[in-house]
Amino acid sequence: MCGIAGLIHRGKSTDIGEEMTEMLQSLKHRGPDSTGFALYGVPDGDKLVMRFKVAEQEDLHGFEIHDQIKQRQAEVDERLGELGAKILERHQATEYASRYVLDYDGDTRELANFIEDIEGAEILSLGRGLELIKDLGDANTVSDQYALRGFNGTHAIGHTRMATESDVDIRSAHPYWAYPFSDISVVHNGQLTNYWKLRREMTRGGHRFMSNCDSELIAVYIADRMNKGDDLESAMHRSVDELDGVFTYLVATKDELGMAKDVMAAKPMVLYESEDFVGLASEEVAIRSIFPREIDTWDPYDGEVRVWQA
Amino acid sequence: MAGVEQSKAQDMGLHTEQLTGRTQQRFFNATEEENYTYPWAHEVDFDKQAEFDAAEMEISAINLKIRALMQQGYGDIKVTNPRAKHSLGVGILNRLKLTFDGSLGYFGCGLIDGPNIHVTGRVGWSCAENMMAGTVVIDKVAGSTFGAAIRGGDLVCRGDVGSRTGIDQKGGTIIVGGRTGAFSGFMMQRGRMVICGDAGKNLGDSMYDGTIYVGGQITDLGVDCVEGEMTDLDVKWLRAKLALYGVEPKNGIENMTKLVSGKQLWNYDNLEPAEKKLVL
Repeated sequence: MCGIAGLIHRGKSTDIGEEMTEMLQSLKHRGPDSTGFALYGVPDGDKLVMRFKVAEQEDLHGFEIHDQIKQRQAEVDERLGELGAKILERHQATEYASRYVLDYDGDTRELANFIEDIEGAEILSLGRGLELIKDLGDANTVSDQYALRGFNGTHAIGHTRMATESDVDIRSAHPYWAYPFSDISVVHNGQLTNYWKLRREMTRGGHRFMSNCDSELIAVYIADRMNKGDDLESAMHRSVDELDGVFTYLVATKDELGMAKDVMAAKPMVLYESEDFVGLASEEVAIRSIFPREIDTWDPYDGEVRVWQA
Repeated sequence: MAGVEQSKAQDMGLHTEQLTGRTQQRFFNATEEENYTYPWAHEVDFDKQAEFDAAEMEISAINLKIRALMQQGYGDIKVTNPRAKHSLGVGILNRLKLTFDGSLGYFGCGLIDGPNIHVTGRVGWSCAENMMAGTVVIDKVAGSTFGAAIRGGDLVCRGDVGSRTGIDQKGGTIIVGGRTGAFSGFMMQRGRMVICGDAGKNLGDSMYDGTIYVGGQITDLGVDCVEGEMTDLDVKWLRAKLALYGVEPKNGIENMTKLVSGKQLWNYDNLEPAEKKLVL
C-alpha cells in the first residue's frame, strides 16, 4: 500500500523535520516496514551534503561486519581525498550511516561512482539542500534515530513503506535520490508494470540502479529526462504517458515540489494549498496532523501533474 | 429458519435449486418478523439531541459512542472535529439524524441502511460504500469511488468528486454538484447518477443498466455507454430530486445529457465474434 507525503513552505524555512515526522507517523498504518525522509535544508554556500551508508541494518548480525564497516568508512574518506573532496563536517548518524559536509566542485557522477564502488557503500543523497534519510521502522523510530526533529528547511517529501515487490531493507526504502543529479528525490505509491523494460533501456543509457524496487525507476527516469533538457514539469508530464501501471508520486528538487498521478487515478492523493504552504499526502489525516484547524482539501484528478516553487 | 425441503422463498419463486449433502442455507421467510429488523437497529427519538467532540477520540471509540447514544434513544447526534478520520458513521441500520461538523477520511458512512447523514466538510475515498437506504449529504468535495456499490438512498456531494464515482452502483441515486473524474459509473447495474458539472473519461464504461445524467462536458464515453433520449419524465424527476438538495446544473436541467447502457455487453457471451469486435 505505502504512504507518501510532501510539504513546501513558500518563502520561509521552518522545522520540516518535525512536520514530516508527524505526517509520516500518521500514515504508519499504510506501511510499517521502513520510513524515509528527503529534507531540503537551507544551502550553506556551495557546500555539498552527502548522506551515505556502508551496510544494511540486517548486515549487523555478521561476525566481522563491525570491522568491515570501519574499513569501508575509512575507504570512503580515502577516496574522497583522492577526488579532492575536503570533508568539512562528519556525523555518524548510525553505525552504518553517515552525514558528511564536503567542499567539492568536481563531477558528482564521478564521485558517486567512485564511492559506490566500495562494497556495501550507497550514497543516499548528494546535494546542497537535500538530505535523504531512510531506515527500517516507523517515522518516530527513524526520526529519533537520526535526530530529525529540529531540521530547518523549506520543503520535504517522505514515505512509509509496505514492501510488496522487493525486500525490507534500506536500499529498497524510499525516497530515492535521482542519481547523479544533486538535490532531486522521489517517493512513490503504486506499481509500475513496465519496470523491467524501462530499466533495461536506462541501464543501457548509463544509469545505475541500486535496488529492484520499481520506485527507483521513477527517480532515474526523471533524472534521465532532465539530463536530456526537460524541466521538471515537462519530465513529469512525459512520465504519466510513458510509465505504465498505477502510481502517484512526489518529486522534489532544490526549490520545487511536484506531484503526478497516473491516468487511472488508482492511487490516492489529498492536497491542501494555501498562499504560503502546500501539503500533500496519501491520506488527509497526515495533513491534519500538522493542521489542527479545519482546512479545505481536495483530490487531484487522473493524469494530473502539479509543480510548486519554494 | 425455513427447511430446505420447501421454503417460503421457493414458494415465491425466488429460487429453485435443491440443496443436498451437508450444505445448509438460511432462506428469507416472509412470515418471520425478525426478517424485517436488524439485530442492531435502535428505536430513536428525533427530539433527543446529543453532541460530542471527536478530536481526541479513536475511530472505534467514536463509532461506539454513536451506537451507545442510539441505544439511549438519541435520534439527533452531532459529532464535532472528526478531523478526516477513517470509517466513521459506518454500519448504522436505523433512522437517525447524524451530523459530522468537519471532514471524514476514507470509507465514511459505509454499510448504512436508513440514517440521514450530513457532512459539513469533505469526505475521502469510498464514501457511503454499499449504502442501502437513507441520505448522505456532503457540503464540500469527495474523493474517488464515491458511492461504490450503493443499493439505495440518496448520496449527494455539492462539490467535485474523484474518479470511479458510483462504480458497481446497484441502485439509489448519486448526485454530484460539480465534476467527476474518470471511469464514473463503471459497471453500473441500476440506479441513477446525476452529474451537474463535467464528467471525466470513460464515463459509464461497461454499464449494464441504470441512467446517468450529465450537465457539463463529457470527456468521452466508455464501452457500451450510449446517449439516451431525455423525456419529460426525466426532466420532472430531475427537477424534483435536485430541488431537494439545492443543486442544479449551470446550463439547466433540460439541457442535460442522458446516458444509458447500449446493452450489447451484458450478454457478451452470446454475441458472435464479429459482434464482439463491434461492441469493444
